[in-house]
Amino acid sequence: MRPLIGIAGKELKDYFVSPIAYIVISVFLLVTGWIFFTTFFLFNQADMRNFFNLLPMTFSFVIPAVTMRLFSEELSVGSLETLLTLPVRFSDVVMGKFVAAVLFTAAILAPTLAYPVVISLLGDLDWGPVVGGYAGALLLGASFCAIGLLASALTRNQIIAFILGAVICFSLTVIDKMLFFFPDSLLGVIAYLGAGTHFENIAKGVIDSRDLLYFFSVTFIGLYAATLAMQER
Amino acid sequence: MIEVENLSKYYDGFCAVNRIDFSVQKGEIVGLLGPNGAGKTSTLRMLTGYLSPTSGNIRVKEYSIRDDALKIKHLMGYLPESAPLYRAMLVYDYLDFVARIRGLDEDKAKNRIRALSELCGLTEIMHFSIGELSRGLRQRVGLAHAMMSDPEILILDEPTSGLDPNQIVEIRDIIRRAAKEKTIILSTHILSEAEATCDRVIIIHRGKIVADDDTRTLSEISGLDQVVTLALRHAPAEAAAERLKGIDGVLDVQETGKIDSETLVLKVRCREGSDPREAIYKSVKETDWVLLELHQETQNLETIFRELTRED
Repeated sequence: MRPLIGIAGKELKDYFVSPIAYIVISVFLLVTGWIFFTTFFLFNQADMRNFFNLLPMTFSFVIPAVTMRLFSEELSVGSLETLLTLPVRFSDVVMGKFVAAVLFTAAILAPTLAYPVVISLLGDLDWGPVVGGYAGALLLGASFCAIGLLASALTRNQIIAFILGAVICFSLTVIDKMLFFFPDSLLGVIAYLGAGTHFENIAKGVIDSRDLLYFFSVTFIGLYAATLAMQER
Repeated sequence: MIEVENLSKYYDGFCAVNRIDFSVQKGEIVGLLGPNGAGKTSTLRMLTGYLSPTSGNIRVKEYSIRDDALKIKHLMGYLPESAPLYRAMLVYDYLDFVARIRGLDEDKAKNRIRALSELCGLTEIMHFSIGELSRGLRQRVGLAHAMMSDPEILILDEPTSGLDPNQIVEIRDIIRRAAKEKTIILSTHILSEAEATCDRVIIIHRGKIVADDDTRTLSEISGLDQVVTLALRHAPAEAAAERLKGIDGVLDVQETGKIDSETLVLKVRCREGSDPREAIYKSVKETDWVLLELHQETQNLETIFRELTRED
């Protein structure tokens, strides 16, 4: 347990001592804030549905940017050798980095908590979907972090890691909106694979075990594959 | 302490380490010597559990690397070649991170970091980021990293490569100071390095062990003869060779060249273990030749190394 906490702490600190954290957070706030609030007053409704609808799309680019360096950098500098010859398990390393990435995702979301506060002053805000939305955002963030981590474990080039991660996350986001490309027999499976619908369900405030199971499985598969990829080296 | 049994490593069909066996006793300083690409780093990486062996086994104490890699890692401190550390981290933060992973509690970690920073001469650079440091300093941080948990076994991969002579002496001092009660395996392709620091030398060539002996025995019993070089003025070549061959212990005399028209340089091959320099001097004194130079070439590891790793 101790190595895991040590690694997570180190990675989280790395985010905040370098400018990456502040750049990613600002870009995220700028993009979501702008898109959300330009139409917010036109709808004239005190809810955050549009903000959460946007999240899978923005996350599929922001999160791979957060996770791209986690393994690629270690591979290119060679520090993985110093890390793995310390008394740690592969799972400690992968989990430590994953926990750090998820905490950082939470840090990205934290400033947006100002939105519901402001909106509740403007009108009657239903807090249920807001809480559900943030819970869903964390689940979605965690599964994308796992995917990003896998992409990072596959290559020593950070740019490739970013593009690979973004492509997988983006495909999961849009796949259930492209169902007309697929044969009827596959529709059920493909629809289930889409991250967007599962997230929207939770963001409506409906906690369904199928949606939870989806996010847990994606996270687990991503992390397990990342562990295997590391072990293979 | 460490038993390596029939260890092999293949990379996609390329054989880096080929069925090597050796064992290391507690408290020994062993040098792994070999030309570049001989399999030193692969061997050390398998010892430290970073690479898994293709075949064979490594035992450390009662643990086997295949089943108890984590327990072995607890016993070992490892400094990889050219110290690949996190460049963005401050030296103190890095050592603190290692202490945490090693499971040292807060007070112990502080004391240990203080002790190591003095031992490795890091007190002045604790607040620098590792990426800013020179190679020598980074190597010292790496040594502190390896010694963090005061491990019984220290494994150092080319600890002095790429350093300037002053830094080499510093690093060697640190290793020697740390060596008390520790088992150390270090790899190097610099022979004087192994001669200066190691009790025992294992010479590897193309993934195989070609020599494994005490540093001293290896230099003494090398199967190579002693050679004395001398320069004589006013000596006719044939007469000189004749005279020198008459001395007890001399096997052969060879003329290797001339310094000028008057001066002759001779190489005298002598029987192993004999030192006929005194006899040569006395013999030359009886003539009217002038002895300009007389020295014995020590058969150091260099010669043995070249002999053993020569490409046929």
